Amino acid sequence: MTTSKAENGRNLKEAIIEGLIWFSGISAILIIALIFIFLLKEGAPAFVNVPISSLLGRRWYPIEDLFGLLPLLIGSLLVTVGAVVIAVPLGLITAVYLGEFAPTWQRELLKPLIEVLAGIPSIVLGFLGWVVLAPLVQNMGASTGLTAFTGALILAYMSLPTIISITEDALYAVPNEYRDGALAIGATQWQTIWRVVLPAARSGIVIAVMLGIGRAIGETMAVMMVTGNAANIPSWRTGLFFQPVRTMTATIAAEMGEVAQGSVHYSVLFGIGIVLFLITFAINSLATRFVSGGDGRATRRRAQL
Amino acid sequence: MENKIEVRQFNFYYGDFQALIDLNVPIRANQITALIGPSGCGKSTFLRSLNRMNDTISIARAEGEVLLDGKNIYDADVDVVDLRHRVGMVFQRPNPFPQSIYNNVAFGPRVLGTAKGSSLDDVVVESLKGAALWEEVQDKLYEPAQALNPGQQQRLCIARAIAVQPEVILMDEPCSALDPVATLRVEDLMRQLSKNYTIVIVTHNMQQAARASDWTGFFWLGRLVEFGKTGDLFTNPQEELTESYITGRQG
Repeated sequence: MTTSKAENGRNLKEAIIEGLIWFSGISAILIIALIFIFLLKEGAPAFVNVPISSLLGRRWYPIEDLFGLLPLLIGSLLVTVGAVVIAVPLGLITAVYLGEFAPTWQRELLKPLIEVLAGIPSIVLGFLGWVVLAPLVQNMGASTGLTAFTGALILAYMSLPTIISITEDALYAVPNEYRDGALAIGATQWQTIWRVVLPAARSGIVIAVMLGIGRAIGETMAVMMVTGNAANIPSWRTGLFFQPVRTMTATIAAEMGEVAQGSVHYSVLFGIGIVLFLITFAINSLATRFVSGGDGRATRRRAQL
Repeated sequence: MENKIEVRQFNFYYGDFQALIDLNVPIRANQITALIGPSGCGKSTFLRSLNRMNDTISIARAEGEVLLDGKNIYDADVDVVDLRHRVGMVFQRPNPFPQSIYNNVAFGPRVLGTAKGSSLDDVVVESLKGAALWEEVQDKLYEPAQALNPGQQQRLCIARAIAVQPEVILMDEPCSALDPVATLRVEDLMRQLSKNYTIVIVTHNMQQAARASDWTGFFWLGRLVEFGKTGDLFTNPQEELTESYITGRQG
């Protein structure tokens, strides 16, 4: 069989395009791998030079070589959990209102507005938190206005647009046939939403929540401005959420400028980066598993109850 | 013969457009009434007026009376949720919820709170048997309904509708997405169901109307041109328009 010149040209073109696509796909993976290797290289000495028991210590005081990550972990945890507890219910309810109850003109007005909120620079929100929220929180009885709660409020506000917008998209994608089917049986509008629409949109909602959490956990600037940045472990007695904390991200940002490259402190900061990376990675893979594999299992479990 | 539903001087509008004009339709109890006519003639709109599914369209407006057991369903004191419990509906495209087969059938009893626990299990089994689906799904009740073929899905939707024991079942072209074999199964099923339920079916398929119904109404541009016993209407139509439609010259 002989191949014509035109055919050869076509094959070459195909090969080049395929190669380009392959390269783009591979490069994304490569870049992630390189980032992780870089993090490991810079951060690994921390886990070698500083004993694990010390890393799990309760005091973060680099000047005295005390590298206890616990206060930072707890700081991040408090702020993130607080933000999620506030933002997820609020975001889901708003999305349900927009997607299922609001008249068209309201939806068309509110949806773009909410999406604009996502574009506000975090430093601006930090200002807002500092000037407006902090005094409010202090008036609520906290000893200072710069607390984990203040940070959680700001972060909740930052993740709301993501959660609302993606959840609303997910609700919109639920075919009207499902709603009709439920209404035609004699379900109320609320029963239709709760038992049919929300479960049908579940994977989209999970993604919305995860992206919201991702935004909250990785945020640095705004949090640094409003949480007080004291690396202490808040105690139950004085109100867990109403004391200053310092998050992992804020620690890295605040201290990176003043450490000597290659010092123990330096590598510990990268170590914190590794921990952050692992946490987000864990959240993402959990979400993926929940979204893809969960469907049949969850339905079955519900059915057996 | 008793009329389960009596439609009197019924007019229906989408905004300025009048979709149904001066309709008077008797729907006999425990019989199958078929509504035929070309696309856009208003037969689906009419069907959706019988359980007020058109309420979800904001610009829609109804005038006149639809008497269900003598009571106008458009009266202000009628609870539309209660109405749809009594007048169930099966749609053109099978629309099982993306949940398990069991949960689909159990949906109605659950939201209405009519059955729980083991009695709910009984209702599910009975409904699936009633919809002639039990044999095929008894081993996979907890598998997703979407895994069934379209014919099975449509029978699942019928099972879901009868699980709340309605009095009337409205079917909006229930077989248009099904192959001939599945279509015949649904028609057989309709025949069985008509012993206990009053059935109104909208169909594009005149053979189906002729085969499966007791009464037939022919719609044309929002009006009911002719209504009568299915045998009479198809063999000896009174109106010229009806004759030219059922013989395929018009529409």
